[in-house]
Amino acid sequence: MGDLWAGLSEAFRLLVTLDSDLVEITLRSLQVTLTALAIGSAIALPLAAFLAVRRFRWRRSVIAVLNALMGLPPVVVGLAVYVLLSRSGPFGVLGLLFTPSAMIIAQVIIIVPLIASVAHQSLRDLWSEYHDLLISMNVTQSQKIRTLLWDARRALLTASLAGFGRAIGEVGAIMIVGGNIEHATRVLTTAIALETGRGDFALALGLGFVLIGLAITVNLCIHWLGRTEQEGRW
Amino acid sequence: MILFPLTVRGAQTTRRGKVLVGPVDLDLAGVGATVVMGPNGSGKTTLLRLLHGAARLTHGRIDWACTQAEACSAQAFVFQRPVMLRRSVLENLTYPLRLRGTSRSVAQFMAEDWAARVGLDAMLDRPATVLSGGEQQKLALARAMIIEPQLLFLDEPTAALDGRATREVEAVLRAALASGTRLILSTHDLGQARRLADEVLFLLHGQVLEHSAARKFFEAPATLQARAFLRGDIVE
Repeated sequence: MGDLWAGLSEAFRLLVTLDSDLVEITLRSLQVTLTALAIGSAIALPLAAFLAVRRFRWRRSVIAVLNALMGLPPVVVGLAVYVLLSRSGPFGVLGLLFTPSAMIIAQVIIIVPLIASVAHQSLRDLWSEYHDLLISMNVTQSQKIRTLLWDARRALLTASLAGFGRAIGEVGAIMIVGGNIEHATRVLTTAIALETGRGDFALALGLGFVLIGLAITVNLCIHWLGRTEQEGRW
Repeated sequence: MILFPLTVRGAQTTRRGKVLVGPVDLDLAGVGATVVMGPNGSGKTTLLRLLHGAARLTHGRIDWACTQAEACSAQAFVFQRPVMLRRSVLENLTYPLRLRGTSRSVAQFMAEDWAARVGLDAMLDRPATVLSGGEQQKLALARAMIIEPQLLFLDEPTAALDGRATREVEAVLRAALASGTRLILSTHDLGQARRLADEVLFLLHGQVLEHSAARKFFEAPATLQARAFLRGDIVE
């Protein structure tokens, strides 16, 4: 218990004094995760809508694989991205390894299957509701996708938030591809892992509470901006 | 562009080897209201969907006087259970117009006009999904009519409505008929069939048993089954 209290007071101290290192790694956490979330959503949501409206041969297999990939181990993703981006790898010339860009790439790979799977569930239900009407109106494939994405936007927000939750708390992949370099690629989760390893539990816990607070704040902000649960049942 | 005459030859739709409707031979001319009648499960809905192009034509031909693409864009369909887009009433009405590239302001103007025609002008900003059953069906009707289709399919449009809502829907349909819209509607409400029909298609087990002028059908039906159906007997 003593450690927990020490952690809470440490978190309080860090926040009140606006510790410059804390601000820096918090902002980097946000920057990496929100960028990964934006890119991941831009890939996953249209993909989910496409899988909902389009009937093609391997559709069911693709959906099954996507569902299975929700449980992709971040460490393995990190390793794969590391190999691809390392000097001797195929994308080594880009010099991305141990930069925030590499961390964003790893997080996008981790969250795309999650966002796409959750989004697909709700888009599929909406599509079965809309199917007859949109077919009757002679709607083109891209109009279908746009209609579904717009009308299911609240459910898609939930899907994206699930992706955010996974990305902000992720440590394995970004530790490998980012390297936890101070003032370059250190983020909240990797800092917590480091301080725990060094035995500074109060600081680690303090950073942990900041991380939890950050995740909750971002969720609340997005809900508030999206005015979820306010207009009828959607 | 002229849609009619519609020629249907040996049209059939099957699902998993079971024939749902057909083979159907049919010639439809370009004016009035055709009422499709028959007991539940006789294939009324499927026939409508088949003519509309929403059910798969597995055998035979359905030929319009124009190309299939032109025919599709000149038709609209109102379902038995209205499908509401999860949007406001106004956006439900502008949706088909916006799909066709109508500008936002024109679409909005037309939507307000149509909302007034079906008595929904006070609810433009309400989410369509919270409307009552009657209001939803009127909205679905207005949304179908707003693109000024030459042909409107209605699948038991008033099956779930009370007398007053039925009368309002029928008033809109009559106005549509007067302005030259071709109607093909299914119903098992005999009163409604008598009120609206110019000609009747009597369907049983996926087959067209009778296709005749409304007067003739109601006064002297040619088949035993139609006679029994009009008497109110259970036809199987």
